[in-house]
Amino acid sequence: MMGLKRYATKMAATTAVAAGLMLSVSAHAAETIKVGVLHSLSGTMAISETTLKDAMLMLIEEQNKKGGLLGKQLEAVVVDPASNWPLFAEKARELIEKEKVSAVFGAWTSVSRKSVLPVFEELNNIMFYPVQYEGEESQRNIFYTGAAPNQQAIPAVDYLMSEDGGEAKRWVLAGTDYVYPRTTNKILEAYLMAKGVAKEDIMINYTPFGHSDWQTIVSDIKKFASEGKKTAVVSTINGDANVPFYKELANQGIEAEDIPVVAFSVGEEELAGLDTAPLVGHLAAWNYFQSVEADVNEEFISTWKKFIKDEDRVTNDPMEAHYIGFNMWVKAVEKAGTVDVDAVIDALPGITVPNLTGGMSTMLPNHHITKPVLIGEIQDDGQFDIVWETDGLVPGDAWSDFLPGSKDLKSDWVELNCGNYNVAEAKCLGAATN
Amino acid sequence: MGLPPSPKVAPSFYRTYVGVLMKRFILFYAFLPFLLLVSPLISQAETTDDIEVYVEVLKSKSTKQKTEAIQNIAKTGHVRAGLILEAFLGGKLYSLKENGAIVIINDAASDIEISNAISGEDLGVATKKQIKKLRINNKLRGVVKASLAELQLSHPDKEKRMAAALSKFKSAGSSDIPLLENAIASEENKSIKKILIEAKAAAELSSNDSAIQLAAIKIIEKRGDSQALNLLTQLSQSAENEQVKNEAKQAVGRVESSLALWDISQTLFYGLSLGSVLLLAAIGLAITFGVMGVINMAHGEMIMIGAYTTFIVQEVIRNSMPELFDASLFIALPLAFLITGLIGIGIERGIIRFLYGRPLETLLATWGVSLFLQQAVRSIFGPSNREVGNPSWMSGSFELGQMAITYNRLWIIIFSLGVLFMLMLAMKYTSFGLRMRAVTQNRKMAGSMGIKTGWVDALTFGLGSGIAGIAGVTLSQIDNVSPNLGQSYIIDSFMVVVFGGVGNLWGTLVGAMSLGVFNKFLEPAVGAVLAKILVLVLIILFIQKRPRGLFALKGRAVE
Repeated sequence: MMGLKRYATKMAATTAVAAGLMLSVSAHAAETIKVGVLHSLSGTMAISETTLKDAMLMLIEEQNKKGGLLGKQLEAVVVDPASNWPLFAEKARELIEKEKVSAVFGAWTSVSRKSVLPVFEELNNIMFYPVQYEGEESQRNIFYTGAAPNQQAIPAVDYLMSEDGGEAKRWVLAGTDYVYPRTTNKILEAYLMAKGVAKEDIMINYTPFGHSDWQTIVSDIKKFASEGKKTAVVSTINGDANVPFYKELANQGIEAEDIPVVAFSVGEEELAGLDTAPLVGHLAAWNYFQSVEADVNEEFISTWKKFIKDEDRVTNDPMEAHYIGFNMWVKAVEKAGTVDVDAVIDALPGITVPNLTGGMSTMLPNHHITKPVLIGEIQDDGQFDIVWETDGLVPGDAWSDFLPGSKDLKSDWVELNCGNYNVAEAKCLGAATN
Repeated sequence: MGLPPSPKVAPSFYRTYVGVLMKRFILFYAFLPFLLLVSPLISQAETTDDIEVYVEVLKSKSTKQKTEAIQNIAKTGHVRAGLILEAFLGGKLYSLKENGAIVIINDAASDIEISNAISGEDLGVATKKQIKKLRINNKLRGVVKASLAELQLSHPDKEKRMAAALSKFKSAGSSDIPLLENAIASEENKSIKKILIEAKAAAELSSNDSAIQLAAIKIIEKRGDSQALNLLTQLSQSAENEQVKNEAKQAVGRVESSLALWDISQTLFYGLSLGSVLLLAAIGLAITFGVMGVINMAHGEMIMIGAYTTFIVQEVIRNSMPELFDASLFIALPLAFLITGLIGIGIERGIIRFLYGRPLETLLATWGVSLFLQQAVRSIFGPSNREVGNPSWMSGSFELGQMAITYNRLWIIIFSLGVLFMLMLAMKYTSFGLRMRAVTQNRKMAGSMGIKTGWVDALTFGLGSGIAGIAGVTLSQIDNVSPNLGQSYIIDSFMVVVFGGVGNLWGTLVGAMSLGVFNKFLEPAVGAVLAKILVLVLIILFIQKRPRGLFALKGRAVE
């Protein structure tokens, strides 16, 4: 009896310890949900991407204040791919294999996105890509929260062709020499020609990354504009090169009333390094501006300024994209009840969350989202004044209707489970998602 | 205007302050009807009502309605019509959210003082949340400028008359001819008169009388710039009269060929300007690499630190003595020289002196230093661009014939040549220059003559770095001030020094200028991307043929 009792106590104690151990182990494992942040914190792109890293940290902190996700706290895992495209793939692999993150928010340039694509496909994880891009892509593991060409480039050109925009008849497409401007300009050229613009009324110009001597190009633009037709410039110039470009425009006295420049990569953050007084009236097309009047936006801005502890910091469009993407992911995880990648990917299409312009954005079956398109004019305080916006939300189109190769393609991950379904041939082209 | 105002005063004080303001507001609105009744009695009774109606339309969303309203405001001839339109143009016309009254603000920064647009009555201070901006776009800006021009053609201020004449030239239609004729008759300033005559001619191009048209073509052709070309091209396409059409076509041809000639000199200027930027970036390297033989990968970061010095100087000036802003560059120059020079001496004493004669190690070590400095600046100032303003004497451009010459580029050309010649003089005529040349030519001999070679090395490296620093001050005027600034210049700098001939400052000058001009003449033909590649390929070929560059040092010292 004695022995048995002692045995029983011992057992109970052991079980208790074991249970305790197990509990603590499981508590450890379930303590946090890891979220990967893959943005360059050094190198050329640090200028734009560091802000997005901070925005993600803020969003995660705010979510944790609200009690986390599925009863667990979120934990940000930040890595630095250093503006080095192959390193993006390596760091993505590290995030997924070593850190076991549930989703990744990251990348800026298209080339860095292309570099991580195969990793996400192979290791089956989720990435939210927050920057406007050239389209012509739809991948099961990627969710594109930035604008597709039909959500930025095409409406901007429409605006410049309209009466309010000055009825431009002659076009300069100026861009940095890489995949995003080249594809966007191809789409725009096809679109303009479909609208009846003659080929000799379109001038296309590419410059290297970080180009700083704009004298020749700006005077070429001036010359091109003196042929008796209203001329507009569509700029896909990216990154650092914008500051000297705008300085040269101002110095050569090109005013927005004569030759308006509409930019797709110039936001509040880029204008921060510029005296904008001579640039008043030049345009930018985005899906969000800091100057948008909406309660949700005001709250976001004040949270941001508090988080970053700097009253002068601005907000911009890719930050809004991360805001939307992160909230969509949170909602999808809640809907699926798990962070399991396949379950979340299936749960995401159809998820609707508020955007910062006062509307609701929905994740579409093609992994793009609905957004309003806004055209803003640069003001002398470095902000944008919204001069035009679309009536409703514009659904993102992965495959442009204006390029011969992609006209017939359709992306639908819900019913067709295919990123590049050819409607004419009624078949899925499969892995060739380029 | 989602920006909440930033209260710089203590909260409690702020609250009472706002309270007082609110009281002032309430008082004012109580008297508003009275004011509106009285003010028409004071000024022109019949127009005030009209202008109020038209100004009200500016709140609408339709560009078309606003266009008409702007033209009507100008036509009322109201004393404040010009003022209202200028405020609208400058983004200073707002409406009060509370009651829709239209006000002019005088400052968008902190405390916004507002006044009634039509009466000019002072309405105290408002916060950003209480007012809403009346939207203007490019099209309306054009309309406003044209309407303002009408009002200001007889303005006593010469500059306003000039602006009005220029804007009339851009927008003149046949209905403006009598107005312009009046202005021409009363104008006494010659250059304004010339523009008015051209504006009248521009309006007459669309006349029905072919004789008037032909005379107008002559006047416009004389102007000879791209705007003239624009007008003439339009006419040559749209004219109905055959003679006019032909004459316009011929005028287009003549203007085009004269512009093509000007174009060559313009490209030459662009080339020299690019060359001067290359020269500035490379002079420092011509010392550290050219004279000392140190492959200094941190050279670009010295340029960057010079640019950040300018930023700090400008920040201090903006906050404490804004009237000194135009002199900011002169204050920044010696500071940047000192700071980067000291850093340079530090690098030489701390790292490079242990690595003389081991170029590969020097390269790697200085590259490490460059990464370290970049990240240090990124941590201190943040990754984003910093705003460095142009002083007024470096902004804008002037016309030389049909060439537009921007002031900042012109000053940079002058400045870069100045720096180069100062350096040459210093090397030739100062005792430090003599020692420096002695050490680099024959270290042992110099040492046995009693020269402290170690210190000469440190000071030489410091001099090279300091010059990179002042280059940074200048380059901050045309480029981004970001931690990456230096990287974009390092390759170009090496290219210039190697091409010009290592160890020769004249070579650096000729190398930089010829690369600049060559690049700019290639650019229109093959595009910026290909031009850069071609220049690089040609330099590689050139170095194959002449490994010591354009101006090779001769003699035993080279060995």
